Amino acid sequence: MKLLKSKKLRINLIGYGFVLLSVLGIFFFNLGPMISSFYLAFCNYDIITPPKFIGLTNFYSILFNDKIFWRAFVNTVYYVGVSVPLRLFLAFLIAILLNQKIRGMGIYRTIFYLPTVTSGVAMALIWTWVLNPSFGIINMVLNFFGIQGPAWLGDPKWAMPGIILVALWQVGTQVVIFLSGLQNVPIQFYEAAEIDGAGGFKKHLFITIPLISPIFFFNLVIGIIQSFQVFDKVYIMTAGGPANATIVYVMYLYEKAFTWLQMGYGSALAWILFFIIMMLTLLQFRFSKWVYYEGGR
Amino acid sequence: MGRNISFRDTYRITLAYILLTLGAIVFGLPFFWMLSTSLKPIEDVFLIPIKWIPNPIKWNNYVEALTAVPFGRYFINSTKITLLSIIGHLISCTLAAYGFARIPFKGRDILFFLLLGTMMLPSQVTIIPLFIIFKQLGWVNTHLPLYIPSFFGGAFYIFLLRQYFMTLPTELEEAAIIDGCGYMRIFWDIYLPLSKNALITVVIFSFMGSWNDFFRPLIFINSPDKFTVPLGLAGFRSEMGNYWHYLMAASVVAVIPCILLYFFFQRYFIEGIALTGLKS
Repeated sequence: MKLLKSKKLRINLIGYGFVLLSVLGIFFFNLGPMISSFYLAFCNYDIITPPKFIGLTNFYSILFNDKIFWRAFVNTVYYVGVSVPLRLFLAFLIAILLNQKIRGMGIYRTIFYLPTVTSGVAMALIWTWVLNPSFGIINMVLNFFGIQGPAWLGDPKWAMPGIILVALWQVGTQVVIFLSGLQNVPIQFYEAAEIDGAGGFKKHLFITIPLISPIFFFNLVIGIIQSFQVFDKVYIMTAGGPANATIVYVMYLYEKAFTWLQMGYGSALAWILFFIIMMLTLLQFRFSKWVYYEGGR
Repeated sequence: MGRNISFRDTYRITLAYILLTLGAIVFGLPFFWMLSTSLKPIEDVFLIPIKWIPNPIKWNNYVEALTAVPFGRYFINSTKITLLSIIGHLISCTLAAYGFARIPFKGRDILFFLLLGTMMLPSQVTIIPLFIIFKQLGWVNTHLPLYIPSFFGGAFYIFLLRQYFMTLPTELEEAAIIDGCGYMRIFWDIYLPLSKNALITVVIFSFMGSWNDFFRPLIFINSPDKFTVPLGLAGFRSEMGNYWHYLMAASVVAVIPCILLYFFFQRYFIEGIALTGLKS
């Protein structure tokens, strides 16, 4: 009994040793700012005068008296709901393509990664050009097939799809993660499948996807965490317009906190978002039975 | 039978080339625009429809852009910060990821979700308190806030590495534990060598994250001699927007290290590793 206890203690200590640096990092660099923004969420704070405690007022106003908040919330859910699955699918497809053994693959791989490293300003200018109603490349292609393209960023109905289209361009990070995950699939599995007569599609469905499901899971969880906080693209391309059609959560938070100097209100918004993302993440871990870990859990 | 396979292969390879080339045109477009703009005279930059091939080609944009500001200094600063960040992430994140993936210590799940939680609060509300912390440490206007945190983990990298580690079969370490190896030995001798591609991925992302970071240097640095490359680029933007051709020239130069690094490392992503000595 005593022996078992000391063994348990030893494992605990070894575990803490391994995670020590990052736990210290959380305490040094994250916990302080998190706690202070949590406190501010219950305050009236304009950055210039000291914060004044007002209880749940911010949360009450946000949830019951703020129409733009609900607009931003719905827009963000729309963005996340459409872009996350599309990006995941596209990234996986590109990774499979980039995983073939053919000549010149290094060049192709690099080109697909370029939009992810190209400077933000260049990307912003290119985006607005691509989506330009009269000269943009997308409408030119649609025109070629006899379709009259929409006004994209100028049209409340099409502005969000336009932004999602741009988001599809920047799947480089997810592609790299999939690509490195594909390398972890032992080649023996494929050889066995080929002997059994499995074609390309079946091979991927039954071997690749289960074996890299931990990587899928990572891209899904991170994809949801990050797209709920989408900001740069929207800020540069539409700044929330037209008619609030693309106002997203963090965009609204930013306006409240820095344009209107309502830091307390902004912090309350941030913590509501934190709660939403945390719940979704916990749910994904709770229902992650589909993720296959070679070494068990 | 043999001919059949080779026919299927030719078909597969041709299809792959067609799809890849179409994709490459779409994905290469922004960079090509950048390159072409960097070689144009200023009055051609905003012409619509776009003039893809600059005429005349102004090579001089590069000379002028790179001598207008002390880019050499910025490059040295960025290189230093980036290299130290990568080293920091490699040390702290691999250790933590192994701990979270394989050692069943008490409170592991709570700590792990706390770690994930650090990614869930928008930086817009944490940046001011963070600034106050660095100010009290006396780190403002030094490079320390830009690389020291890397030595104390990073949720994205730890989660990524944890997922890789969890794809490795536990039989490996069960055998090692019977041999009397400690966790540190298992981590060092088994997990790290088998996760080369994951480590490369971390190096690539850590490099890109640090090299292209604009927000944090903007907040924490104010003397020009401590500027990083993205801050130097912003200089072209603030001056009335009349220097787009210079901005693009400098941006092309700034992105070259990223491209080279990625090109160099992607070669290690090859289909299927042969896990020798393992159950198949």
